[in-house]
Amino acid sequence: MGTGHFEILREQLAQDHEAVITHGLVAVVLPREDLLAVATRLKASLGFDLFLDVTAVDWPQRTPRFEVVYHFYSTRDFVRVRLKTTVPEDDPVVDSLVSLYGSAGFMERECHDMYGIRFRGNPDLRPILLYEGFEGHPLRKDYPKEREQPLVRYRT
Amino acid sequence: MSDHTGRGAATSADEAPPSPVRPAFTTPSTEDGVIVNLGPSHPATHGTLQIVAELSGERVVRADVHCGYLHRGFEKECEAHNWHNLIPYVDRLNYCSALINDFAYCEAVETLMGIEITPRTRYLRTLLSEYSRIADHITCIAAAVMEVGAMTAFLYLMTIRDYMYEHLADLTGARVTHSYGRIGGLAHDLPEGWIERLEQILDEYEEYVGRVHGLLDRNRIFIDRTRDVGVISTADAIHWGYTGPILRSTGAPRDLRKDTPYLAYGELDFEVPVGIKGDNYDRYFVRMREMDESVYMIRQLIELLPPGPINVDDRRCTFPEKAQVYGEIEALINHFKLVSEGPQVPAGEVYLAHEGANGELGFYLVSDGSGTPWKVHVRAPSFVHMGGLHKLLEGYQLADVVATFGTVNMIGGECDR
Repeated sequence: MGTGHFEILREQLAQDHEAVITHGLVAVVLPREDLLAVATRLKASLGFDLFLDVTAVDWPQRTPRFEVVYHFYSTRDFVRVRLKTTVPEDDPVVDSLVSLYGSAGFMERECHDMYGIRFRGNPDLRPILLYEGFEGHPLRKDYPKEREQPLVRYRT
Repeated sequence: MSDHTGRGAATSADEAPPSPVRPAFTTPSTEDGVIVNLGPSHPATHGTLQIVAELSGERVVRADVHCGYLHRGFEKECEAHNWHNLIPYVDRLNYCSALINDFAYCEAVETLMGIEITPRTRYLRTLLSEYSRIADHITCIAAAVMEVGAMTAFLYLMTIRDYMYEHLADLTGARVTHSYGRIGGLAHDLPEGWIERLEQILDEYEEYVGRVHGLLDRNRIFIDRTRDVGVISTADAIHWGYTGPILRSTGAPRDLRKDTPYLAYGELDFEVPVGIKGDNYDRYFVRMREMDESVYMIRQLIELLPPGPINVDDRRCTFPEKAQVYGEIEALINHFKLVSEGPQVPAGEVYLAHEGANGELGFYLVSDGSGTPWKVHVRAPSFVHMGGLHKLLEGYQLADVVATFGTVNMIGGECDR
């Protein structure tokens, strides 16, 4: 994919938001209210049919504390887009993309497990890599690495 | 099989641990429905996965897939070690093709640091990635066909895989988890005679895989178990995030090696095999054909492999020569800093994906500018595939769950991390 296509895509996405080309993808920073609308546009008119990934990054010293990061891929144009938004610690909610992409379901569950980000509109946020009754969100920086919550008691 | 709460293995009632999962449904939707639980430790699933299924007769009506039984806190552990120390950890994601993980991770770090690897390393990494891909596909096919009764084919394939593992052990010192990639290069160069043995193994591969084709391709029993079972369309596959051989089996020729060439793939001649309708048979056949293409690529790469250094001459990541470390104070300090603080990776973030044996293997790394990663996230194909697994199971027989699960090639290490 030539740089020309990247530039066109960047301009299309940069109309309302800050968009840059970095390490082979177009990265867009946007407020969380716009997320669902931009994702809908990516899928409907820009050809981004493959939802690759959603995860969060914890920056305890920053306000707002969490970044939620999405990656999309176009199987038509072979380009990737990253959407990044921020959510505060006391209200870690973003809109779910399960209405657009089935694959978002499991990945949002994982993100909810690990960071406690809630996805509004995802009907199924049961634990997936963790188990029922697990306390806290292990990938948050304030969760100590040594803290153990064994479900089955250790043999002594 | 135990009851659907997954507590069948407990011995006494007061000792029974609480169920780790909450099934999506606990009552059948129809009067004759039955809910059964498969796994997490089921003899016919190679991978620790639990499926709660509602049956109508022997037909699966609904399936609820639970993974996470192999979760080791990979991403949390990565945040406590320096960039170099993670290489053995990424080996243990997809442990059937550990080298692909190694190289994808190393390239992601190199991208952040702005390092361009040497030509010899570029070709060697390509060669070893393809070699790993063969080992991974062999593992998948061997296990999948054994589960539908093809024990001879399993043994033929395992013979070849063992030749390859021993051969990789000659190179890296380990059969399965090689830890052979390095940021900015590789651990060391090829030993004497390695390429000659590689050519021998490729010849033996062709002989054995030819026998497997003869045993299975037109075998009535095998076709009955796999044709039109676990069918998925291209649109559904993309909607549920399928990539790699499963997406290609639906007829979509999507392959990162072709679409966004990395390493030396842009210079190689190869085809992207696709299936017809995305059933179990197509997934088997696409993997078989992909292995042939990998062999073809390896033979090209043997011819193309240039001489030269394997590690970049960059003091931020490459260790100085031992003789210098003992003789010069600068080299000693450099060595000490690399070991105790790790390579200094500029602040930033990168998403880098390679075509893993199962699909798009992506690394999303965030650095705060120190020697320790701020965040390491893996976009693991197996995990995403488990999110859409129910689409492949629903509507087919209970016995087909095992056959379908085999061809999906779920690897617990990368699924659960």
